[in-house]
Amino acid sequence: MSPTTVRPSTLALTLLAAAAAAFAATLLDAAIPRAQREAELNETRALVARLGLTDLALFTEARYTRHPTQADLHSAFQDHPLAFEHFPTGSLLLPPRHETVAREAALPD
Amino acid sequence: MKLWLEKQRYLIDFTLESLARRKARNLGLLGVYTVLVFVLASVALYTHALRQEAANVLAASPEVILQRLVAGRHDLIPPGYIEKVGRIRGVQKKEGRLWGYYYDAVVKANYTFMVPNDGSVAKGEIVVGPALERSRGLAAGNGISFRSYSGKLHTFIVASVLPQASEIVSADLLLMHEDDFRAFFDYPAGHYTDIALTVANPQEVRNVATKLAAALPDSRPILRDEVLRTYASIFDWREGIVLALLSAAILAFGILAWEKASGLSAEEKREIGILKAIGWETGDIIKMKFWEGLLISLTAFLAGFVAAYVHVFYAGAGLFEPVLKGWAVLYPEFRLTPHVDGLQVATLFFFTVFPYAAAVLVPIWKAAITDPDAVMRG
Repeated sequence: MSPTTVRPSTLALTLLAAAAAAFAATLLDAAIPRAQREAELNETRALVARLGLTDLALFTEARYTRHPTQADLHSAFQDHPLAFEHFPTGSLLLPPRHETVAREAALPD
Repeated sequence: MKLWLEKQRYLIDFTLESLARRKARNLGLLGVYTVLVFVLASVALYTHALRQEAANVLAASPEVILQRLVAGRHDLIPPGYIEKVGRIRGVQKKEGRLWGYYYDAVVKANYTFMVPNDGSVAKGEIVVGPALERSRGLAAGNGISFRSYSGKLHTFIVASVLPQASEIVSADLLLMHEDDFRAFFDYPAGHYTDIALTVANPQEVRNVATKLAAALPDSRPILRDEVLRTYASIFDWREGIVLALLSAAILAFGILAWEKASGLSAEEKREIGILKAIGWETGDIIKMKFWEGLLISLTAFLAGFVAAYVHVFYAGAGLFEPVLKGWAVLYPEFRLTPHVDGLQVATLFFFTVFPYAAAVLVPIWKAAITDPDAVMRG
């Protein structure tokens, strides 16, 4: 090996160190608080409070995907128990976790 | 220590030279490995950040929403119903909400029509969400007409557009005056869609809900906690289409790793035989292969993770868009706040780096403890 050639290990370890530094940078980037993002988040939160919003506007194609938390108890099986989901979103979203408050209260004493 | 380090460097040199002899195969492996980590990390980062965003934003949603059910379906709140709620102790404020869906045949999209309770929208005017603004090419001061379900055409003036920063909750919103809403949907007077309740004491929310369910048996209280829990479990990344798509990639990688684990190529066996014959110890061979596994898997993990981070937080997770959009015409454009869950990264690291390193080591150990002559002869 001539003295001017870079050893493969030097090259590999440098590359690996660079990748590790980039990885550390992502962790640091995620940890840094952002004033602008915080302001935007507060603005969104204020809108949620003002309008009384309950859901994210991620899936607008059907009422039970637009407002999964407000969907009626049977929306997941609205046609019949083994019906295929109409909307692709149905395969991404979990069925809403319904509370049992109403049913517990309805139990006879 | 210096001697040990120098030895490891020579081992790495040798490993890299050996890998370079099978350049195409090893670069292909590194490529597939990196893509696999990239996709898995993208899903993990995206879903985690989205859950965080939902928890942050929806913390301000009403404490209790009271729906009325008729034959298992959501029905309107009749006049006098809100007054009954008022008698339950602990309820500080109660407001009837008016909202509903409208299908716009022009762009084939669903909108959410809503009446703000603070009366911030004047009669004849509307405030639209950013996605609606984009899809219909609207701007403040423009007029727009919608045909109501009764067939009548209603014209509104766009007063303003909701801030783009809040698009994740407001993309498809259309805010209007109560009178306009009732006229548009022929909503019966005194009826509401549901009721938003404010409970003074957060500890009391569950009690209030139980009392509500007892006092109004046809009602269904939805607690804020429940809303938050629904979003905490949204996009469970172990489920759904994304994983279904991924399973092919995972399987392919599994086959690749299995092929590597189940046996060595004749060339690799010969190499080990020669190394042993010229005096290498079993420990050295294992160390060399350990470096091989570590260099490939660590490079793939680091490169895949960094690429996934950039993809999700700086490139808008463009690759997921078609999957997440589904059939929706209106889709919010939003930037997620970077969040990294340490446990998730550790899990990803454990399940991607360790199996490969182990898969490389086991057959080498088997070959390295056998007689060099037998190994060379195959």
